[in-house]
Amino acid sequence: MSNSMKDLEDISRHIRATLVEMSHKGRAAHLGSALSCVDILVALYWRRLKIDPQNIDAPDRDRFILSKGHGASALYATLAYRNIIPMALLETYCQEGSKLEEHPGPRNIKGVEAATGSLGHGLSLGLGMALAGKIQNHSYQVFILLSDGECNEGSVWEAAMFAPAKGLNEVCVIVDFNKWQATGRSCEVMGLQPLAEKWQAFGWDTRQVNGHDMNELVNVLSQLPDNPEKPVAIIAHTVKGKGVSFMEDDNNWHYRIPSEEELKLAKMELGI
Amino acid sequence: MRNAFAKEMEILAADDPDLVLLTGDMGNRLFNSYKQRYPNRFYNCGVAESNMASVAAGMALCGLKPVTYSIAPFNTLRCMEQIKIDICYHKLPVIVVGVGAGLSYGELGPTHQSCEDISMMRSIPGMTVVCPGDAVEVRLALRSAVELGQPVYLRLGKKNEPIVHQQTPELTIGKALTVTEGKDICLICTGNVLPLGMDLVIDLKEKGLSVGLVSMHTVKPLDDTCLREIFSHYSVVATIEEHSIIGGLGTALQEWLYENKLEIRGKLMKFGIQDQFLNLSCNQLRARKRNHLTVSEIRGRLLLDSDQ
Repeated sequence: MSNSMKDLEDISRHIRATLVEMSHKGRAAHLGSALSCVDILVALYWRRLKIDPQNIDAPDRDRFILSKGHGASALYATLAYRNIIPMALLETYCQEGSKLEEHPGPRNIKGVEAATGSLGHGLSLGLGMALAGKIQNHSYQVFILLSDGECNEGSVWEAAMFAPAKGLNEVCVIVDFNKWQATGRSCEVMGLQPLAEKWQAFGWDTRQVNGHDMNELVNVLSQLPDNPEKPVAIIAHTVKGKGVSFMEDDNNWHYRIPSEEELKLAKMELGI
Repeated sequence: MRNAFAKEMEILAADDPDLVLLTGDMGNRLFNSYKQRYPNRFYNCGVAESNMASVAAGMALCGLKPVTYSIAPFNTLRCMEQIKIDICYHKLPVIVVGVGAGLSYGELGPTHQSCEDISMMRSIPGMTVVCPGDAVEVRLALRSAVELGQPVYLRLGKKNEPIVHQQTPELTIGKALTVTEGKDICLICTGNVLPLGMDLVIDLKEKGLSVGLVSMHTVKPLDDTCLREIFSHYSVVATIEEHSIIGGLGTALQEWLYENKLEIRGKLMKFGIQDQFLNLSCNQLRARKRNHLTVSEIRGRLLLDSDQ
């Protein structure tokens, strides 16, 4: 794709404004968590994932799983901006009867690979997909986005041990390390740190990036070989609520819903 | 039953390239032959049942038909949520196999006994719950479960259980099997107590009673037609299961009767595991005795009831 870094940053900005609007209109929480992973999603969907929006179910497509299902609005908006689902569908987010639920449902939205929302499931699902690729002789890669709070779940570490043992090198985990979980600092609630070293010790090729620097994100993703020697874990350092000054690193926005006035302010800041 | 399972898996895998076997570090040597024939369709997932359930779901999302195998409590309760969300919410063709039904591993203590699994599994939307009564039923049930293409919980005993079916019956998931017809009492068994049911039929015949025996291998969905016939024919109906009296077959039948608002000719009696943990080195036989799951005790209660 020929988008420049500036284009990608513009897309991120637009998606962020859309997310604030979706949260306001849909009366839906988790805005801070959605905003923190936008740049990661843009880098993946515009520069790394081998997918065809016209043929989104192709058996050899790369898979992306939003294991932090509470960031669903960011995935929905990304799919809409990437022309995989209609932009108009975003208007229905969290409205009665909408397919766009607060947490993604099972295979009823184009481009959404799996229902998520209970933390600690997505990585294992992705490993199953990677194994299926081996059994069925497809050479796709599987990307899974985890939250830092999600790494509290024991099943994440079951999966972390499983992947290297089975040679699932086509798997790439990205941890959206925004330093917060629902009710506290992620490094204080549990002994999360040293996070990168944990993944490394579990047998993963580990990288750390600024999860809001589009250049860094695109670089680290494009440097990943198609056939790495180990599964890859990217620790993306991010800011919860990124992009809107009065939401950044303020954990109230894990649950708060922006008012009309706050929506206006946020859009103004984002230049939309 | 587990040997029958392993043999049937091997046969089915020959015809179906989508079948994959995952184990939670269980089945030492049991799957050697399968492994040799299908090395790329066998994965030891380690002592990590939650991961195994989700890995199976991920495979099924790509079109495969995974079968997960471990001791019943570990493969059900331990990964309840993975089964609920990853397998059942997605309506995936994953077969969850629990070996060591009920008290099969009695002597290993309550950690390894499985008296809650039917209750838990049948509460998940879209989950089919199948408890074969002997090795013959295991093979047929596995075959049917693969054909079904939906989430199935397959509850196996251990090994060397007596064979009840001397001839191979036609087994369809959701259709109970009538083993013997009778007039006075109907015993409805699920899972590894079917041989106990057979012993009771013979024992009660000697006492001059005509006893029907039904293998209700599918606890969910229940066989509505068969149950209607049973409750219109028999004055005494008894469920027998190696499962808690809370939430298993007996409970399912009570719910069915209530929902169908049927006139019951006779009392429905439930024989199962009492609401307590069975520790203090209690092998299967002794554990059954402690729960009154023996021919003499069940006979006593049935006769008392049919006399009234």
